[in-house]
Amino acid sequence: MHGMTAQATGTDILDVAREQVLGRGVPLTKEQVLDVLRTGDDRLQDLLALAHEVRLRYQGPSVEVEGIVSLKTGGCPEDCHFCSQSGQFTSPVRSVWLNIPELVRAAKQTAATGASEFCIVAAVRGPDDRLMEQMREGVAAIKAAVDIEVAASLGMLTQHQVDELVDMGVHRYNHNLEAGRSFFPRVVTTHSYDERLDTCRMVKESGMELCCGGLVGMGETLEQRAELAAQLAELEPHEVPLNFLNPRPGTPFGDLPPMEPADALRTVAAFRLALPRTILRYAGGRELTLGDLGTRDGLLGGINAVIVGNYLTTLGRDPREDLALLDELEMPIRALGETF
Amino acid sequence: MVADAGTPEPVPRVGDAGAWCGQCGEARDDAAGHDRCAARAELEPPRFCVHCRRRMRVQVTPGAWTATCSRHGSVERSTWS
Repeated sequence: MHGMTAQATGTDILDVAREQVLGRGVPLTKEQVLDVLRTGDDRLQDLLALAHEVRLRYQGPSVEVEGIVSLKTGGCPEDCHFCSQSGQFTSPVRSVWLNIPELVRAAKQTAATGASEFCIVAAVRGPDDRLMEQMREGVAAIKAAVDIEVAASLGMLTQHQVDELVDMGVHRYNHNLEAGRSFFPRVVTTHSYDERLDTCRMVKESGMELCCGGLVGMGETLEQRAELAAQLAELEPHEVPLNFLNPRPGTPFGDLPPMEPADALRTVAAFRLALPRTILRYAGGRELTLGDLGTRDGLLGGINAVIVGNYLTTLGRDPREDLALLDELEMPIRALGETF
Repeated sequence: MVADAGTPEPVPRVGDAGAWCGQCGEARDDAAGHDRCAARAELEPPRFCVHCRRRMRVQVTPGAWTATCSRHGSVERSTWS
């Protein structure tokens, strides 16, 4: 039934997903994801339960915990409309750099939670020589002091920069699609969707793991949200971080309302059914959109990775709350080097 | 408290109470109130110095944040219990 909706064929999309995704491991198509996104609140608990079953079958019970830190904050020349770090908007976020000792301290803090991943992020179009040098020094210092995998997110890369990051020992690179192709021009105008894809493909070919996700709740239609899920599935990243818009003062999306919690959870489950074998991470905006109960519902609805502690410019939950919840749900933290 | 003659008034620090809202940078006695700012403060560090309204340099790390005003110094807060 490729290309047809469950509605058009008179079948129930959750029955279809159970047989197709849970039974055979075949991801939902874009049209099927759209059917899931259109299910009512009365089906939400059934949907989350199915997504949880899929996650357990193809990814197991463990949860990957990661910390993130901003190496270079603010002053970005790009105009991603959700981002407070763009230099093109009247956001109150000022430009600031983290020094190496502080970077190592942040990695140690993260590792102390049991996290296996530490991602270094910079608000740039792409790294310049200064940033690459800072990365080389920082990654080496972290590896000498902390037992943790190092990931990076530095914008668009050249092939030479990809090779340099591999040489440094960066094992995963984050570069989000942010939105489905048809909605992307409403979100970013300073670079193209294809430029993003180019970096993603270079990263995959390099042997680094690709972390590639997006944001929802930016005013996209359900069709465009399903499009994002399908385009991510086509790219087959190792990890998909799912962000919910946290409207930032001074940005073009600053006055949008936060997503409805049920809508956000439905999106989590739909993405899991489109990406059964991918790490699906709760990323930014979950506290604002979903609160404490939403974290639990998401972990029981397809999520199998979290960002622990604070984000790049905003604050997250106290890690003890997340770790206690994982303990209560009997979801072990993924050990360093463990694969799903 | 009145300082002794010849003793400079202590400069207020970023962490002290001040006349401006650290979240939106408007006056604290603004009739519009700061309910949204108070809610926002749960999820983000201050961006404006409460004494002079300057935008601060703010560094967020997984377990803490540091906000620095060029005139009134820095404040660091741990966000992990």
